[in-house]
Amino acid sequence: MGKRLTLAVWKFASCDGCQLSLLDLEDHLLALAEKVEIAYFLEASSAVAPGPYDLSLVEGSITTPEDARRIKQVRRLSKKVVAIGACATAGGIQGLRNFADVTEYIPIVYAHPEYIKTLDQSTPIAQHIQVDMELPGCPINKYQLLEAMKALLQGRRPRPRAESVCTACKRLGHICVLVADGVPCLGPVTQTGCGALCPAYHRGCYGCFGPKEQPNTASLAAQFRRLGVAEADIVRLFRTFNAAAEAFRLESLAHEKND
Amino acid sequence: MSQFRWPGGAGAVMPAAALGDLLALLWREGFQPVGPTVQDGYLGLDVLHTPADLPQGWTTEADAGWFRLQRSDRAAFFGFNLGQESWKKFLFPPRLPVVTAARQDGLISFAAPARPPTAYALIGVRACELAALAVLDRTLRQGAFRDPDYEARRQAALVVAVNCTESDAACFCASLGTGPAVRGGYDLALTELTGADGHFFLIQAGSAQGERLMAALPVQPVREEQWQQAQAGIAAAARRQTRSLATADLPGLLYERPEHPHWEEVAARCLSCGSCALVCPTCFCFCLEDETDLENKTATRWRLWDVCHNLDHSYIHGGWLRPSRKARYRQWLTHKLAAWLDQFGCLGCTGCGRCLVWCPVAIDLTAELPALRETAPKE
Repeated sequence: MGKRLTLAVWKFASCDGCQLSLLDLEDHLLALAEKVEIAYFLEASSAVAPGPYDLSLVEGSITTPEDARRIKQVRRLSKKVVAIGACATAGGIQGLRNFADVTEYIPIVYAHPEYIKTLDQSTPIAQHIQVDMELPGCPINKYQLLEAMKALLQGRRPRPRAESVCTACKRLGHICVLVADGVPCLGPVTQTGCGALCPAYHRGCYGCFGPKEQPNTASLAAQFRRLGVAEADIVRLFRTFNAAAEAFRLESLAHEKND
Repeated sequence: MSQFRWPGGAGAVMPAAALGDLLALLWREGFQPVGPTVQDGYLGLDVLHTPADLPQGWTTEADAGWFRLQRSDRAAFFGFNLGQESWKKFLFPPRLPVVTAARQDGLISFAAPARPPTAYALIGVRACELAALAVLDRTLRQGAFRDPDYEARRQAALVVAVNCTESDAACFCASLGTGPAVRGGYDLALTELTGADGHFFLIQAGSAQGERLMAALPVQPVREEQWQQAQAGIAAAARRQTRSLATADLPGLLYERPEHPHWEEVAARCLSCGSCALVCPTCFCFCLEDETDLENKTATRWRLWDVCHNLDHSYIHGGWLRPSRKARYRQWLTHKLAAWLDQFGCLGCTGCGRCLVWCPVAIDLTAELPALRETAPKE
């Protein structure tokens, strides 16, 4: 066995679902372990090897002053940093705080607000350090994660494609729920990667993988309105796991104004 | 009267129940019949084991950005128009391995993946779709670059066409002269007749293979009134079409107006989601994707449907040829309705209407082209 790639997995503000995708790669774990030494992965093992690491997977968004310092340390310890999941790439569901005033709700939520040290915004990793690659999704697609690791090991470019969810639906033969059922679906403005999971079950896309390149959210929202979707519901559609992603953030704000 | 001459061959009539005989015959002959079928309340194209798999008693309504599958009180097997999926699904598959590579003892070997030649029997191909197959043939089979996979699938395929006796609001084949009556390019053509005196199919052979199959079916001579009913139904389908596409000034019209302000107007609505091109029965663009194993010992190159609406489709060293949505929609329409003529000697559109039906925001080329025809407003 040659020298293995050392891997570290870091958690910030997140639910752990994305890092668990790594353990979910059950059929590939043994082969992966021959190529990769898991040096730091608290979710999997309390045994920790010191850095520096060849590859750091970073899950979660930055929401506290402490995390804003810690992510800089992760960067210093890592040759490559890959941000994984909607939290790390767009601020996650906790990005909803960006639409509110934290000083207003902290006293309502916590018995001792004086212990709470938090930032007023939930921000993606790339806003704090240089990130080598981003894998979107809530959660990420474990095969995209495997592909990213393979590409790094083999010294080639990874191949996640910049495409709408519509592209995946049409290739898979899923009939369009927006056109055939009048169901609001974020597929036309959402980056593919999930394999068009929701449309496969005749549900509209929730936008888990965030905005695709040059998303025309305004045109899609206008169509939702023609389908009879209320302004408040349009706000909710754009304000979920990728609420703070710029295109979705601006679109939800536009409809909040109209509501 | 014994037999009528249809354009292209002699006709006969068979009871609707004989559709089961036809499917059984095709299975026995080694074909895999595929055609319209309803699954989970959605109309798609899939394997047909028996006529019960066809959408009997279903009908469709379609308009720009709008499609509904509904129950009908008619017993017709083909009492609907087109769904989202086209036959390119079978002949030009959405995802196909094109080459595999293996590394052993310092050598790399390449192999074409084994392709069990599924002989599809395409059941229920409409006139606009026959025209689309002819367009794909010109593109992938008869041009300078031939696609061996398409060639093999097309060669093996058997085509059972169906004349349209209904049109929906999205159809405009009549204006392009591609339908609603089928005109060649099939092995068998059916016209479904439902009414007081029973449920029949007029059946007509368009090839030697079709003749042979027809001889094994319980066919009777056509009666005058059955012939009349079929003709009247097809004529009514043409009359009912409300959309049309005028093409006399193509390709020049589009070549002359790359900066018409209407392109911006469409770009404001276009989602660049690619749905129009993906559902188009003649769009053939693809991308290649390589997959390697963890050991880096084997690799597979896949061909995937791709669309010119994707930013990365025009990526070359250093940047994108078509960086804006405007440039990409313009590329799509100009290729379909102008450059196609120069490149393949035909339009890339056959009037099926899928692009406007399955556009999530109802962009309609039969409205966009006339808008581009209007002279740009003077400053």
